[in-house]
Amino acid sequence: MTATDSHRAIDAVWRIEAPRLIAGLTRIVRDVGLAEDLAQDALVAALEQWPESGVPDNPGAWLMATAKHRAIDRLRRDERLERKKEQLGRELQLQQEMAMADDNISTDVGDDLLRLMFISCHPILAPEARVALTLRLLASLTTEEIARAFLVPVATIAQRIVRAKRTLTEARVPFEVPTGPELTARMSSVLQVIYLVFNEGYAATAGDDLMRAGLCEDALRLGRILAGLAPKEPEVHGLVGLMEIQASRSRARVGPSGEIVLLLDQDRGRWDPLHINRGLASLERAEKLGGALGPYALQAAIAACHARARTAADTDWARIAALYDALAELMPSPVVELNRAVAVGMAFGPAAGLELVDRLVSEPSLKAYHLLPSARGDLLEKLGRSDEARAEFERAASLTQNVRERDLLLRRAAACGRGVS
Amino acid sequence: MPRFLMYEIDDKAVAGNTPPSPELMAEMGKLIEETTKAGILVATGGLGPNSTHVRTSGAKVSVTDGPFTETKELTGGFALVEVKSREEAIEWAKRFRKIVGDGESVVQEVFG
Repeated sequence: MTATDSHRAIDAVWRIEAPRLIAGLTRIVRDVGLAEDLAQDALVAALEQWPESGVPDNPGAWLMATAKHRAIDRLRRDERLERKKEQLGRELQLQQEMAMADDNISTDVGDDLLRLMFISCHPILAPEARVALTLRLLASLTTEEIARAFLVPVATIAQRIVRAKRTLTEARVPFEVPTGPELTARMSSVLQVIYLVFNEGYAATAGDDLMRAGLCEDALRLGRILAGLAPKEPEVHGLVGLMEIQASRSRARVGPSGEIVLLLDQDRGRWDPLHINRGLASLERAEKLGGALGPYALQAAIAACHARARTAADTDWARIAALYDALAELMPSPVVELNRAVAVGMAFGPAAGLELVDRLVSEPSLKAYHLLPSARGDLLEKLGRSDEARAEFERAASLTQNVRERDLLLRRAAACGRGVS
Repeated sequence: MPRFLMYEIDDKAVAGNTPPSPELMAEMGKLIEETTKAGILVATGGLGPNSTHVRTSGAKVSVTDGPFTETKELTGGFALVEVKSREEAIEWAKRFRKIVGDGESVVQEVFG
């Protein structure tokens, strides 16, 4: 085995073991920053020793044992502790906790992971800090990988992570699974972080770094892990269902030269049936748990309407419009209204859709939102109002930052009035 | 999303058709649970003992029932995993091998 080979093998072990390792260590030392440092120490030791000795039989246990030794070493060296007695007391306590941790490791590891997710998605942190910390601690991405994926400088991500860990330490955020009404709010923060990661990956285009599209995989994996940790939470399954179904279209949504292919124009034969089936199963779980009307479950149900339709013409638009009605009631937003208008246009004709879209034209938050003129253009075109449609597509093109999307909108503008839709 | 198919190959003439022990089944159950909880297992299944080969040669199609003693055959079961890298798939295959004992597994990337 060459040095590169064995480093890659260690990387793979790390990816599997690191979240559990950090979670277990956080329980022991009660500080997520210190826990990550200790885990990193263990990784350094592995990188030094494994190429020679080979990967141990139980690499997770090896990493944990090594990290715990480092914890004791650090504590002994810790000069901030003033009294020797106090230090000894803490060491004893730590050793006891470690012994207990050993006994509980197999049963508690899931709870620890869940606690770690709640910490890294804590509302005390800014959303972008939650995202960076979660990818780092729970998806084992390096700071460099996160920076590449989000198209920001490495120093920015490093800063975000350092600050986030400091904030958590200073606020003494407890390492626990929240209960009661707090659980709902905290869970929704976790779900939001995972979906943010997914959407960032979904927005990747052909020329982007592969790390970026990889965010979809990271989010899916996090979502599935969370579904295993909190199987009774319907919205977790709703979110996983939504992501699985969206991921099922990833091959079909980009054309041969990297151009965007809209949902209704996609070759459904290229949709991944495995992801669709998994997504439908997750949605069903959410519904069976009584969560059919949760925001993620509703969005998954809408995605499922498309997934179930064999052709675009088979789409049950009336059902989609009804699901958007429910979604708009649950979380009223101009973007949801716009989507509802599009569904209504498909279900009950372009005039009905346009009537709803026109109500949104003066909406301040949609002023620079390219999908508004794009949807309006689409409806106008169907009503035969080509000149107005062309102007809307051109306006939409001028508003989008995404080159592929701009190309598509300009193509549509050029096609207006030529009988091509 | 990189997907890898992992399956066991075996020489059936040697292995025979002994059913797996309850202990092995329990260990396998744990591994399936672990990979599911790790968010990587997307499909898995066991394979029946007898395979049938369907061959074409020109216009001729021949159907032959196994077992085929001259070749190693896919046996036991398979797992389809979604992971970041081949190395990660190999790491999971190693964990599988530690449970099932002597034998051989194949890890192949699945495209499309």
